[in-house]
Amino acid sequence: MQTTTMTDAMRPPVPAEPGAGVYSNKLGMWVFLASDVMFFTALIGSYIVLRFGMGSAWARPGAVLNVPLTGLNTFLLICSSVSMVKAYAAIADGKKYFLRKVPGKTLQDGGLKFWLLVTIICGAGFVGVQVVEYIKLVGHGFTPTGYREGSLLAEHALADPVKYGAGVAGMYGSTFFTMTGFHGFHVTCGVISMLYLYFTKVLPEKYSPQDYRGIEVIGLYWHFVDLVWIILFTIVYLI
Amino acid sequence: MTTPTPQTTHVRPNYMLIWLYLFVMTIAEVLLAFKLPVSPNVKLILLLILAIWKALLVALFFMHLKFERWRLRVIFIVPLPLAIILVTTVIMEKVF
Repeated sequence: MQTTTMTDAMRPPVPAEPGAGVYSNKLGMWVFLASDVMFFTALIGSYIVLRFGMGSAWARPGAVLNVPLTGLNTFLLICSSVSMVKAYAAIADGKKYFLRKVPGKTLQDGGLKFWLLVTIICGAGFVGVQVVEYIKLVGHGFTPTGYREGSLLAEHALADPVKYGAGVAGMYGSTFFTMTGFHGFHVTCGVISMLYLYFTKVLPEKYSPQDYRGIEVIGLYWHFVDLVWIILFTIVYLI
Repeated sequence: MTTPTPQTTHVRPNYMLIWLYLFVMTIAEVLLAFKLPVSPNVKLILLLILAIWKALLVALFFMHLKFERWRLRVIFIVPLPLAIILVTTVIMEKVF
């Protein structure tokens, strides 16, 4: 992998606890993430078993779900992940500010306040787009119990049962809303946590290059949420 | 009680380059799923490879797993075989 900045950026934000070799907050987050891996595995695993164990085929990719809209959401989440890691790198370098002019450069240099705000905006944007997606899907007749009777989707499913997976619409709806709903809940929790940190720690400049545990720990959570979405996007929307 | 940890001297990854990789691979996924004339089985395998590749990039470079101690990596790696066992067991039950 190419590199640009030669610093000791991965230095620990505080001294480590004896034993595990990392500070307790970070170890706790990793253990939580390990349990969350199992949680999402249960959901995704159930989806795979139900989908490929059913006799009839599920709706084709793009037939029911709005892939361009979700593609935009994926882009937002990827952008939020890079802005989160830039926030981490900024505070590790002691850049607590919002934006600062750099001599000889057109673009201003972003600090912790700037990059974390970008992350919050992208995360909130993701949740907003997901709400719009849900409203549109339910409006078209796609609900957790399948295609609503008399809806546009139910008519399409009657006309072309193979393309819309008419035989397993209920299973499709319940697994789709369960998986994306739980992921959306995780994103919402992340945005609320980042907002809390932003107003109570980042704006009052309580983080320093000597101690920025909160940023590293929330960053781990946020990247994990991004990682799960990468898998979900492929499995639910593209396959 | 805390013990001092020696300062590590890892080189910081180029985060924007990783973001570009993720962006390009996402576009490639969408094109592969809807535009490219590929057989369904090949499409399935390629899409899964791209998704795992993207997830690895996030875990290794954004979550800094590549630079972490081995004992911390183990915490994240241990659930993965368990996950495979879980899914395989349920599929076996369905098959037999």
